[in-house]
Amino acid sequence: MGRSASTTVEGPAFCSCVTICLQVNGTGHTLDCDARVSLLDLLRERLGLTGTKKGCNRGECGACTVLLDGARVNACMVLAASADGREVTTIEGLAADGRLHPVQQAFIDQDAFQCGFCTAGQIMSAVGCLREGHTTSGEEIREWMSGNICRCSAYPQIAAAVAAAAAARGED
Amino acid sequence: MRAFSYARARSVDDVLAGTRDGDVTLLAGGTELLNWARIGIERPHRVLDIGAIPELDTIEPLEDGGLRIGALAKLNQVALHAGVRSGYPVLAEAIVKSASAQLRNLATIGGNPVQRTRCAYFRSQDPATPCNKRRPGSGCAALHGLNDRHAIFGWTEDCVATHPSDPAVALACLDATIVTEHARGGRKLPVRMFHVLPGDDPAAHTVLRPGELITAIEVRRPAPASAYVKVRERESYEFALVSAAAAVELAGDQVISARIALGGVAMRPWRLEQAERDLIGLRAGSPEAADAVSAAFGEARALTSNAYKIPLARNTAVRALELAVMMS
Repeated sequence: MGRSASTTVEGPAFCSCVTICLQVNGTGHTLDCDARVSLLDLLRERLGLTGTKKGCNRGECGACTVLLDGARVNACMVLAASADGREVTTIEGLAADGRLHPVQQAFIDQDAFQCGFCTAGQIMSAVGCLREGHTTSGEEIREWMSGNICRCSAYPQIAAAVAAAAAARGED
Repeated sequence: MRAFSYARARSVDDVLAGTRDGDVTLLAGGTELLNWARIGIERPHRVLDIGAIPELDTIEPLEDGGLRIGALAKLNQVALHAGVRSGYPVLAEAIVKSASAQLRNLATIGGNPVQRTRCAYFRSQDPATPCNKRRPGSGCAALHGLNDRHAIFGWTEDCVATHPSDPAVALACLDATIVTEHARGGRKLPVRMFHVLPGDDPAAHTVLRPGELITAIEVRRPAPASAYVKVRERESYEFALVSAAAAVELAGDQVISARIALGGVAMRPWRLEQAERDLIGLRAGSPEAADAVSAAFGEARALTSNAYKIPLARNTAVRALELAVMMS
């Protein structure tokens, strides 16, 4: 069952500075950055997209949730280098033609925030949750939205906003 | 975080070539490695990103009726796979009860068993805190410290940590196998033997060698009568205090075979082997069946702050067994 490594020419080339091409909210970017930079820091510090929030920076709070190739992820747990060639959607990319995304509107309608720091992550997570179809009951919404912490504890309103957005899409 | 260099592997051969001269850390989902690097548990010099290797994320049937799950399959992808849900509900449930939806979109089934203990002393950023897993030979701060979440089985005075994975508990219950590749030959490792108990090496987490790549996890024939119960201090997005995976086969209401693995109680998923043997022939749900499970806890040893785990784990195991029976 062994494989011979001698069949390959050379190993991959390691670099401490990486060149990254990625699409963010439909716009292509090519950047050089340190290999350690997270997708979160790239978005905020290099592209100026500060809507994505840096909460815990260790994958526990969900404030940095973005869509990566359409799937919701914690941007703090992704190396920018790993996002090379991929598509990212942030909170800044949701509204189209000056109109709020239905999930954004649902959060306003349901008063689903207090201080607002977690809101961008909550909304991006809710968009992912809706796409996945995990919105068939209040219990399912709470389970599949549990990766987003709200220290103001607006959870009932957040769950109501996700349910309202799902109902508006005719999914419930 | 100390500076490191980065490369992306395009194939398994790339990994074997890239890790040949050592000092290379593999990156898959990233949900552990990035945090290890941030708090100094790992100080990688060179990071080899295996996340984009094609065809390592497929889930396909095996000839013996089992499933081969590619190591790079995301946790959510595995949990929502129709064949996993119908044939191995214990695995689907264990995954959905792990981490958060976002993390499960990043974390891989091959990387999950490689995660390290959540012991607060292991994860401490205080260099003065002893931990034999952080600094071998320094001692175990948890033995007489904060140990309410620590082990009741298989611990020694050198380490009382538990392994935090939920999927690994289900995979141990299912007698799954971890398939690896390595420049000097791959292996098939039973999940049950993958994690190292402190009696064998208090500093180790797993039996993986440097440069060894997990390529797949294989589960044997389906176990549709199986269930996972996770007990934690909040309803979602929390590590287990204790958990239990159970799979049964019945003839009428008589137990033909039973497999039970516990999580949150040891440095590896803890199979109740004697109880599994004693359950054979008993009536499912009978007091005798519950007694057979209870007897397994005679060898449990509490630490200063976790005696509660012994009855909790016993009750969780009985509950998982009941739920597995209800699935049959």
